[in-house]
Amino acid sequence: MSFLRVRDLTVTFSRPGKPPVRAVDGVSFDVASGQTVGIVGESGSGKSVTSLAVMRLLPARNVRVTGSIMLGDQELLTLPARQMRDVRGRDVAMIFQDPMTSLNPVVTVGRQLVEVIVRHDRKSTTAARHDAIALLDRVGIPDPVRRLREYPHQLSGGMRQRVMIAMAIACRPRLLIADEPTTALDVTIQAQILDLLRDLVEESGSALVMITHDLGVVAGLCEQVHVMYSGRIVESAPAAGLFARPAHPYTDGLLRSIPRIDDDHHGRLHTIRGSVRDVVAWEHGCAFQPRCDHAVDACLGGPPPVLDLSDGPPRQVRCPRPMNQPAPAPGTDRREVSA
Amino acid sequence: MLRFVVRRLLQLIPILLGLSILLFAWVRALPGGPAQALLGERATPEAVAQIEAQLGLDRPLWEQYVQFLGRAVRLDFGASLQTGQPVIEEMARRFPATIELAVAALLIAVAVGIPLGYLAARRYGTWLDSALVSASLLGVTVPIFFLAYLLKLVFAVQLGWLPTAGRADARARTEHPTGFYVLDGILTGDLNASWDALTHLILPAIALASIPLAVIVRMTRASVLNVLHEDYVRTAEAKGLLPGTVVRRHVLRNSMLPVTTVIGLQMGVLLAGAVLTETVFAFAGVGKFMADGIVQRDFPTIQGFILVIAVSYVLINMIVDIIYGLLDPRVRVS
Repeated sequence: MSFLRVRDLTVTFSRPGKPPVRAVDGVSFDVASGQTVGIVGESGSGKSVTSLAVMRLLPARNVRVTGSIMLGDQELLTLPARQMRDVRGRDVAMIFQDPMTSLNPVVTVGRQLVEVIVRHDRKSTTAARHDAIALLDRVGIPDPVRRLREYPHQLSGGMRQRVMIAMAIACRPRLLIADEPTTALDVTIQAQILDLLRDLVEESGSALVMITHDLGVVAGLCEQVHVMYSGRIVESAPAAGLFARPAHPYTDGLLRSIPRIDDDHHGRLHTIRGSVRDVVAWEHGCAFQPRCDHAVDACLGGPPPVLDLSDGPPRQVRCPRPMNQPAPAPGTDRREVSA
Repeated sequence: MLRFVVRRLLQLIPILLGLSILLFAWVRALPGGPAQALLGERATPEAVAQIEAQLGLDRPLWEQYVQFLGRAVRLDFGASLQTGQPVIEEMARRFPATIELAVAALLIAVAVGIPLGYLAARRYGTWLDSALVSASLLGVTVPIFFLAYLLKLVFAVQLGWLPTAGRADARARTEHPTGFYVLDGILTGDLNASWDALTHLILPAIALASIPLAVIVRMTRASVLNVLHEDYVRTAEAKGLLPGTVVRRHVLRNSMLPVTTVIGLQMGVLLAGAVLTETVFAFAGVGKFMADGIVQRDFPTIQGFILVIAVSYVLINMIVDIIYGLLDPRVRVS
């Protein structure tokens, strides 16, 4: 039973004097309660905009969001601002990319943590301080009583991200959205933060949407993965299946681009040729087609159809020529889900 | 904290030394001298020389400077050539008026400027924003003396709502224990006198506030616009905090940092502007005394006034720096 249902989410940014840009273009996905879902893509693929749209944190001006985002039986896109503020931080919480800039530099760590507890749990400041100490302790911050009185600049980057995580889990949300939570951190700290997130999610049973460009993060953490390219989901698959048999040429390219330590030939690293275009209109065909080694005529003339490849867990790909798949049995056609 | 204050006070010494040399040279470079001003255009050279000898102005410059400096460190700036009284006493008597005026102007500038600047930022790109930005440009560019006469003409002469000049009704016989007229009325229980002083204060304070007000509006607007795009404001929104909490704790507190610094710097504008404003409104403060002193070539007054203003300016900005430290833990001095 999925409790977050995103359907046909489209985010259009209008720019003065230029044609509008569709940063997110008809994205649909589900998150079951307690499930860990990864959204993978490079910069500009629309993954962060998707997460901000779920939180309704996109600027109101020059941005149009259409489609549907159902949290339980609540439609978030039409929820009045007042009720949306009740949802944020209580039902859905977000962890941002850069803990250096995401914490207010002139307010103590304690106050920033306490304010969210006071806001949603309707507790006194004293009671909330108790909770805050327990939370800091839970996310692995030593000497929490002292840290509570400190300011963000007195903490290391990893510690700050732990504070961000403590703030996010403070009101036991059913859904955590983590937008590249480890990108700004040292590699050694990255692993610790991911371990912490995994433990917290398992312990609390809340669902996690992990937005990342790092396939390694996805491999270690997520059950279901959605790969985004140029505003659309191009492949959705269980993590194991995705890594074993990537169906979309883009996913395949990404996986091949990961340098391997056991690679015996010391040749050039694999890359996907070309680069992400500023604006790619899917109307004229697959947006990845100009960079794709497997492109055929069927890739042009409109958005490619979504094929259902599931032989068990849900698995879909937006490509007319999915790779690494067993040939369909004679006489049976792959089901087209949508155009 | 103490070390910070002591260090700032020590920094004052070279500043004042340099300033006193510049000042001393500048005052003596003015065309004509006190003797000329005292005796008028037709004075005989002999009479001028006699007065100059009396004032010690015939001695070499360096000797005059050493003597001036030796006295200045004991706060003795000599006797005013206008009144014959010690400059320091003349200033002490007039300083409350100027402080009262400057504080009133600063209160207007801050109390009006910060909300307007915030409003402009929140309505960024709308007609209201453009109107506020244009108005603040006008505020910085219109000369104080022009605005002062305009205000006087409209509100005092044409409409007759407020008095034209002075600090209090000339017929009033009230006591002035502190020299701050508004405060004096409250202290002596004479609220009518307070009200009277306040009505005399309004027009000069508005005229004097015009530049700091405009600067504060612009600074607040720019600063709020910056802070609104900060990640931590988005974090605050993501926590579902109420709009009031987001604004007070996460937007205003951060955007006030640069504004605080600018307010400190505006004190210089206020003290300099007081010279013009007090002259237009015949407001008996140090500014008017200074303006008269310049006309009279009253060297001791000019020197004493500028030095005292410089010291106040540095001290005010030291206080601003301490406040800044309270607002921003990152620059806090331990």
